[in-house]
Amino acid sequence: MTAGATYEKIATTTLGSAASSITFSSIAASWTDLRLVLGNLVVASGTPSLQLQFNGDTAANYSNTYLAGSGTAAVSGSGTGQAQINSSFALNATTPIAIFVDAFSYSGATYKTVLINEAGDLNGSGYVTARVGLWRSTAAITSITIKNSLAVNYNTGTTATLYGIKAA
Amino acid sequence: MANTYVLISSQVLASSAASVTFSSIPATYTDLVLRCSARMDPAGAFANLYIRFNSDTATNYSDAYLSTGNGTTGNSGRDTSATLGYLGLTDANSATANTFGNFELYIPNYTASANKPYSSITSLENNTATQGYANAAIAGLWRNTAAITSITMTSDASQSFVQYSTFYLYGISNA
Repeated sequence: MTAGATYEKIATTTLGSAASSITFSSIAASWTDLRLVLGNLVVASGTPSLQLQFNGDTAANYSNTYLAGSGTAAVSGSGTGQAQINSSFALNATTPIAIFVDAFSYSGATYKTVLINEAGDLNGSGYVTARVGLWRSTAAITSITIKNSLAVNYNTGTTATLYGIKAA
Repeated sequence: MANTYVLISSQVLASSAASVTFSSIPATYTDLVLRCSARMDPAGAFANLYIRFNSDTATNYSDAYLSTGNGTTGNSGRDTSATLGYLGLTDANSATANTFGNFELYIPNYTASANKPYSSITSLENNTATQGYANAAIAGLWRNTAAITSITMTSDASQSFVQYSTFYLYGISNA
């Protein structure tokens, strides 16, 4: 490790062929926080919403609350007892959108809170959101799966990068 | 392991400037982050802050924003086919002295051959109900497939950034 480096790439995935999900697995507990950057999300078809799961947990252990700007109004909503963290806003097949996920103290023995910022402007439509997600598990996060609500493919060239941020 | 979060360039204003430009940005990184503390000089408590990529003055910019406005209600709006990218409000002449608006702009995949989405988080607080306070989350889009090689921070009028405004451009690499 470079002396003093506190922001490090853990892994990156650039889809060489279309895929409906991306998983980062075997995430070490070497850092304090995680940042996931989904830089140019475009799907093959439809308008699905992004979904996140941790450690392959498909039980109803997820919830989220969001504040969003639709371009005309500020709105807020929530979802509880879900099988993944659901974004309620749509991906699309033409214009890339960017999503940033910060997972704080991901290896701690408490429930895991994540902050999600979605930048999805489409020049006349689209949205911006600030979302907080909760995974009610005391396990360390060791894998993250990025899916979508319609199980359609993310396009070739889609990139996802997981960074680790170290406090000590 | 390589350091992935690298300062590319910085500008700390010793005197007022109408705009601030980072040019000749190398394609060495994956993402760009611009962190700024800025105040401008028009009358009033707030000034609009804008960004321009690669000196592009065509109508290729759009955004959706979410703001707390005056601190009592939230609101949202958008700009379409604009000639500048909106980044929200920053402090201006009648704002509480020595207050500067802060914002972080994140541009992922800035060299990709695709349109460029970006995110900006802006915050300013003046400790006064009359001048209000605001923060904003902005989803921006530059409809251009060229790699970003320059970034200019500016206003939509003949306004200037004041002394002590700071601008730091970082590159993040996933290689």
